[in-house]
Amino acid sequence: MSVLDIVTFFVYLVGSITFILGLKFLSSPVSARRGNRLAATGMAIVVGWVFITEFLLRSGGLSTVWILAVGIPIGALVGAVGARRVPMTAMPQMVAIFNGAGGGAAALVAAAEFLRDAHTCPGGPTSHCVLVAIPLLPVTFMVATLLGAVIGSVSFTGSIIAFGKLQGIVSGRPVTYPGDKIVTGLVLAGILVLGVVLTLVTNSVPLFLLFVALALVLGVAAVMPIGGADMPVVVSLLNAYTGIAVAATGFVLNNYALLVAGTLVGASGTILTQLMCRAMNRSIFNVLFGAFGTAGGGAAAGPAGDQNVREINAEDAAVLMAYGKKVIIVPGYGMAVAQAQQAVRELMDLLIAKGVDVEFAIHPVAGRMPGHMNVLLAEANVPYDRLKEMDEINDDFQNASVALVIGANDVTNPAARTDTSSPIYGMPILNVDQAEHVIVLKRSMASGFAGIDNPLYADPKTTMLFGDAKKSVEALVTGVKAA
Amino acid sequence: MNEAVQTLPTEALLQALFVFVLAAFVGYEVVSKVPTMLHTPLMSGANAVHGVIVVGAMLVAASAEGPLRIVLALLGVILGTINVVGGFVVTDRMLEMFKRRPDAKS
Repeated sequence: MSVLDIVTFFVYLVGSITFILGLKFLSSPVSARRGNRLAATGMAIVVGWVFITEFLLRSGGLSTVWILAVGIPIGALVGAVGARRVPMTAMPQMVAIFNGAGGGAAALVAAAEFLRDAHTCPGGPTSHCVLVAIPLLPVTFMVATLLGAVIGSVSFTGSIIAFGKLQGIVSGRPVTYPGDKIVTGLVLAGILVLGVVLTLVTNSVPLFLLFVALALVLGVAAVMPIGGADMPVVVSLLNAYTGIAVAATGFVLNNYALLVAGTLVGASGTILTQLMCRAMNRSIFNVLFGAFGTAGGGAAAGPAGDQNVREINAEDAAVLMAYGKKVIIVPGYGMAVAQAQQAVRELMDLLIAKGVDVEFAIHPVAGRMPGHMNVLLAEANVPYDRLKEMDEINDDFQNASVALVIGANDVTNPAARTDTSSPIYGMPILNVDQAEHVIVLKRSMASGFAGIDNPLYADPKTTMLFGDAKKSVEALVTGVKAA
Repeated sequence: MNEAVQTLPTEALLQALFVFVLAAFVGYEVVSKVPTMLHTPLMSGANAVHGVIVVGAMLVAASAEGPLRIVLALLGVILGTINVVGGFVVTDRMLEMFKRRPDAKS
């Protein structure tokens, strides 16, 4: 072991420590930002050191340094501009796309390692070659390579579909067709069979390419049937997958930085996915294979539907709130889309000035990601102590004069408590219907992301204020000022 | 021809396995108590950490020969850099929101 190798070892060790501490610090709001920057610093050190040792100090390293000179600026520009320009509401799909990039990179690394070492058939890739005794690559190397390639590929295309669903490019509804599960199952079986053949029978390049192609198809096939409301869980799971793919390439390259970082993310991502599922009271199996919201979804999108709802104008709604004792605001994705959080803060300030107690009820999966609402409201300077988590505030709704629902739907659906046939039955919801009055701000009667009706709207104490959430809240602000 | 094979003798593999298992436990422990509001930034931060794959792509690039492997290395470097740079920047932007009230409940 040369001195350089020993230094490399310690650089990877320092990098790994910053990743662990970074994730640790990210679990508390006080230290989260420090944690992220610590991990970024560690990453920069590792990348810088690898650049020095592999390109500057290694003889012949400069011959391929142009790959970095071209690739890194392009990637850095795309990543930084994308991350800076994206509006807060689109954060979840941005995470999905970055995750897909990582998965794709892991698959490419695995493929490149395989192609370097695969023994190509001298007479061309035909079956008679299989019979010629060519030494196979070691089983452990092949298993790690194939795992990196398959998981990275699934994460790549799966993340792109998740991005499309969150962005509205791909239908947010579960996309299913008769026999889709059989097709997915066959693709999976094909991957397994090819994996065994590639490991034990032949290191054929064409078969490897077919193996990767099937994995890319599997990523699409696995995510398409999942409804848009479950995308946060899917992104989190794919994030863990990418971590595992990176760990697998760490085995392939015998590189501890990849191994440790990938494994950390794989494990923490899995736990995070479980925490999210628990917040919805559903199992990960149910999320992945439940094809949520297919039952009776078709008719729900028309305006007004067949539900009998009562409308309210902004002035009346403002008076109800201004003379109430306690108002609980329930934000959802509609608030995020309309960028209404500043107006909501203003409304809160005015109500508080009038002596009304205002609190926010944050459902764990409100918005498109856990914590989505907290981030947006914090951005608008709403103090933390007014943001209450579901368990904290659910018993308070019965004391509330008004529950103001801003663009939230499925997380307020009482069917989750009562209707055993509802696809969201059993999901913990906010007890909005126990408030004295319920005012729902909503763009139209279109159903929520889960694609199901909400009986809350037909409740006699519920009134609807239709329109863009921001305009509606601004109208409420004007109304409260006048009240 | 068998270079990569020799970089993975049994001893190295077992050591890697040892590190893998320990790292999995650390990953599990580190995030098991996270307030809901930090789920998204944590996911995003973890997303940035697996951007370390760019190091893997750099190692491939360092020894890339032939047009196919060079293309794979180049794409790997681009995608890996997008992951790592975008991941950390977007996480930092999310966390910017939390800085004003350091006395918040955790």
